[in-house]
Amino acid sequence: MATEAHPLVHEAPQGFVWKYIFSKDHKVIGIQYLLLAMVSVVIGMYLSVLMRFHLAWPNAKLPFSDDIMTSEHYLALMTMHGTIMVFFVLTTAPQSGFGNYFLPIQIGAADMAFPTLNMLSFWFTFVSLMVMVAAFFVTGGAPISGWTAYAPLSALGEIAGPGLGLGQTLWIFSLAIFCGASLMGSLNFITTTLDLRARGMSLMRMPLTVWAWFITAILMLLAFAVLLAAGVLLLLDRLAATSFFIPGGLVVSDQLIAHQGGSPLLWQHLLWFFGHPEVYIAILPGMGIVSHVISCFSRKPIFGYRAMVYALFAIALLGLMVWGHHMFVSGMSPYSAFAFSLLTMCIGVPSAIKTFNWIGTLWGGKIRFTTAMLFAIGFVSVFISGGLGGIFLAQPTVDIFLHDTYFVVGHFHLTMGVAAIFGMFAGTYFWFPKMFGRFMNESLGKLHFWISFIGIYAIFMPMHFIGLAGHPRRYADTTGVDFLAEMNPVHLFITIVALVTVGVQIVFFLNFFWSMRKGKKAEINPWHATTLEWTVSSPPPHDNFAGRPPTIYRGAYEYSVPGAPQDYSPQHVPEGVSAPVSDR
Amino acid sequence: MTARTATGEVELIEVGGGDRGPASAESRPGRGGDGGAAPLFPQRIYISGIVLALAAMLMFFMALASAYVVRKGLSGDWIPLGLPRILWLNTAVIIVSSLTIERARRLLAPQAAGLRGFRGWPRRWRGWWGLTTALGVAFLVGQLIAWQQLAAAGIYLATNPSSSFFYLITTAHGIHLLGGLVALSVVGFRSWPAEARVNHSTAVTVSAIYWHFLGALWVFLFLLLLVGR
Ligand code: HEM
Ligand SMILES: [Cu+2]
Repeated sequence: MATEAHPLVHEAPQGFVWKYIFSKDHKVIGIQYLLLAMVSVVIGMYLSVLMRFHLAWPNAKLPFSDDIMTSEHYLALMTMHGTIMVFFVLTTAPQSGFGNYFLPIQIGAADMAFPTLNMLSFWFTFVSLMVMVAAFFVTGGAPISGWTAYAPLSALGEIAGPGLGLGQTLWIFSLAIFCGASLMGSLNFITTTLDLRARGMSLMRMPLTVWAWFITAILMLLAFAVLLAAGVLLLLDRLAATSFFIPGGLVVSDQLIAHQGGSPLLWQHLLWFFGHPEVYIAILPGMGIVSHVISCFSRKPIFGYRAMVYALFAIALLGLMVWGHHMFVSGMSPYSAFAFSLLTMCIGVPSAIKTFNWIGTLWGGKIRFTTAMLFAIGFVSVFISGGLGGIFLAQPTVDIFLHDTYFVVGHFHLTMGVAAIFGMFAGTYFWFPKMFGRFMNESLGKLHFWISFIGIYAIFMPMHFIGLAGHPRRYADTTGVDFLAEMNPVHLFITIVALVTVGVQIVFFLNFFWSMRKGKKAEINPWHATTLEWTVSSPPPHDNFAGRPPTIYRGAYEYSVPGAPQDYSPQHVPEGVSAPVSDR
Repeated sequence: MTARTATGEVELIEVGGGDRGPASAESRPGRGGDGGAAPLFPQRIYISGIVLALAAMLMFFMALASAYVVRKGLSGDWIPLGLPRILWLNTAVIIVSSLTIERARRLLAPQAAGLRGFRGWPRRWRGWWGLTTALGVAFLVGQLIAWQQLAAAGIYLATNPSSSFFYLITTAHGIHLLGGLVALSVVGFRSWPAEARVNHSTAVTVSAIYWHFLGALWVFLFLLLLVGR
C-alpha cells in the first residue's frame, strides 16, 4: 500500500495546463476563483457606473454612445449587476477563493478531500459565468426581472418584455450550473474540515476563518439545493408550459396568458429560502477573516473564541428560518409576519455578540493599523450601520413603508455588499504576502481604504434617507414624478462619490498586480501570526507541508501569552519551546 | 507522525493528540483491519461525502415536496391524479432491492475484516449485487411503464399541476437512481477478488448508503403522491 498511489499524496502536476488551468491544487483553484471574482467585479462595477450615470443625468447620452438609456436597458443592467455581484463576487471570492486557498493549510491538510471535485466546481462556476454573460448578447438582451427574478415576470417569456426570452432562460441555466458548482464545493469544504485536520487540530483550536468557511459551506449545501429546485420549476414553466408560478387570467401585452392556477408566492418562498441564507453565505467568511485579522493586529487572543463559534452557528441556524422578512408585503398573515419578524430580530443577538467581541478584542490591544486591519475595522463599522437598518426593516409595520425603497438598497449594500467586500480586502492585504511572497504597498493600501471607507458611507447613507422619503428602488427615471425629481440632487451627489470610489478601486488593482512582481519581499511570517499558513513558505509548496503534516499544540489565537518568549505562540510550537521554527 | 521542533529538525513522535484527524497517509497503521495495509481514512472522507450529498438531495426533494403542498393548497385548479397501479409493484421492487444490497454489503463486511474464509464469497456477493442492479433496472422500467400509461390516458406534463409534479418528481428521482445504477455497475464490474478490498468495500458501502437513501426517498415521494393527492 505504501507504494501505491494514495489519494492524498499528491504528485506535483507537470506542464502549464495541468499546473495552472486544470489544476487540482487547492491553492491554484483558490487563485482561479479570486481571478474569476475580479473579472466579475469589474463587470459588475461597470454596470453600476452606467446605472449611476443614468440616475444622475437621466437625459444625457451614455458615454461613448449615441443612446439615452431606456428603462428596459436600465433594468437589464440592474439585474445583471445584482446577479453577477451576488453570485460571482460575494459568493465566489470570500468562500471559494480564500477558503480554497487557506482552509486546507490552516487545518494542516495537504489538499481538499476531493481535489478532482474541487477542480470541477471551479470549472462549473466558470461555465456558469460564461452563460450568464452570454445573456447580454442574445436577442432581447439580458433579463430585466432583477436578481430575485420574481415570477410571473420571470416565468412568462419574451412576451413580458425584452430580455425575458432567451436572456432569462440563460440566466436560469447559469444559476443552475452555479448551484451544481456550489454544492460540489461545499461538500468538499465540509468533508475536508471534518476529516482532514492534522493531529492536535481539535475543533476548538481551528482558526475562526475555518469555522466561518465550514459553517458557510453547510449553509450553501442546504440553500443552493433549494435554489436548484426552484430553478427547475421556473424552467418548466417557461419551456414546458407548466403552471407552477403563473396564475390564471393574466393579460400581458393585450394577450391572455394560457397558464392558470400558479402561485407567484411559491417562487418568493423558494427564492428567499435560498436568498436569506445567501446573504450570510456572502458575509460569514468575511466575519471569519475579520476575526483573524483583528486578533493578529491587536496582538491579543480573540475575545470570546467559543462565543464567536456559537454565534456563527446561531446566525446560520436562524438565517434558515427568517426568509419571510422579505415578504412582509406579500399579503402574508400577520401572525406569520410576527413570527418572521421576531426570529429576524433574534439574529441581532448573535450579530451583536460578534460585534462586541471584535470591539473587546481591540480594547486595550497593541493595535497595528495595517491596511488589512483598517479594512477589518471598517467591516465592523459598516456591519453595525447596515445591521441597524436591518432592525428597522424587520418590523412588518415599518417595512410596509420601507419595502422596495432605497432604504433597502442602502441596507443591503452596506451589509452584504460593502461588508463582504471589506472582508475580502482585509483578506487580500493580509494574505497577499503568503500567496505571492511579497507585500502590497501599504501607502496605496491606506489611500484605497480611506477613500473607499468615506465613499461608501457617502453613497449608501443618503440612500437610506431618500428611502425614508419614499423613493422607490428599481426606477430608471425619476424626473417625471415631482417628489422624486426633488431628490435628484441626491442622486447627483451619490453618482459623483460613486465615480470617485470606483476610481480608487483602480488603485487597488494596480497595487495588486504591481506588488505581485515588484512588491517588497516578505518573509514566511511577516505579521508574526500564529496559525499554520504562516509556517510554510510563500507561496506554499504543492502539498503544503512537504509530506510532513504539522502537529498542533494550542489554540489559534495565542497572542501575548504571559510568560511566553514573544508576543505570539504559533499553533505548531509545543509549550515551553522558545521560538518557532519558521522564524529562524 | 512527524513534527517540526524548535531546532528545526524533523522528528518522529508518537501521537496521541488530536481529536480524531489522522493526518498523514504514509504514517498511519492500517486500522481498516484489512491485513494491516489500507488506511481507514479514505473510507471516512467518502462516507462523509456521500452523507453530505444526500443532505443536499434531501433539501432538493424537500423543496419540491413543499412546492407540491403549497401549489396544491393555494390553487383551485388541482385535479387529483389517479396513480398507475404499477407504482405499487415498483415500490415493492425498490424495497426488495434495498434488502438485497444490504445482504451483499454484509457479505463483504466480514471478508474485508478478514473474519471469514475467502473462498466462494465473491460469487455470492456478485449474485446479490447483480440482483440489486437488475431490480434497479426493473424499477426504472416500471416507472417508464407508469408514464406510458398516463400518457396513453392523455395525461402529460402540463395537463394539470398534479401531473406536472408527478412527472417532475419521478424524473428527478429516476435520474438520481440512474446515477446509482451506474455506481452499482461500476462496482459490480470491478468486483474481482484481486481488487484492493478495502477501497472496494468503501465503494460498496457508499453505493449501499446511496441506494438505501433512494429507496427511502421513493417511499416518501410515493406516499406524498398517494396520500397528498
Ligand atoms: C440584524 C441584522 C439584519 C436584519 C434584522 C435584516 C433585516 C432585513 C429585512 C427585514 C429585509 C427586507 C427588507 C425589504 O425588502 O423590505 C432585508 C433585506 C435585505 N438584507 Fe438584511 N437584515 C440584517 C442583516 C443583513 C446582513 C448581514 C445582510 C448581508 C450580509 C443582509 C442582506 C440583505 C439583503 C441582500 C436584502 C435585500 C434583498 C433584496 O430585496 O434584493 N441583511 N434585511
Ligand atoms: Cu433576509
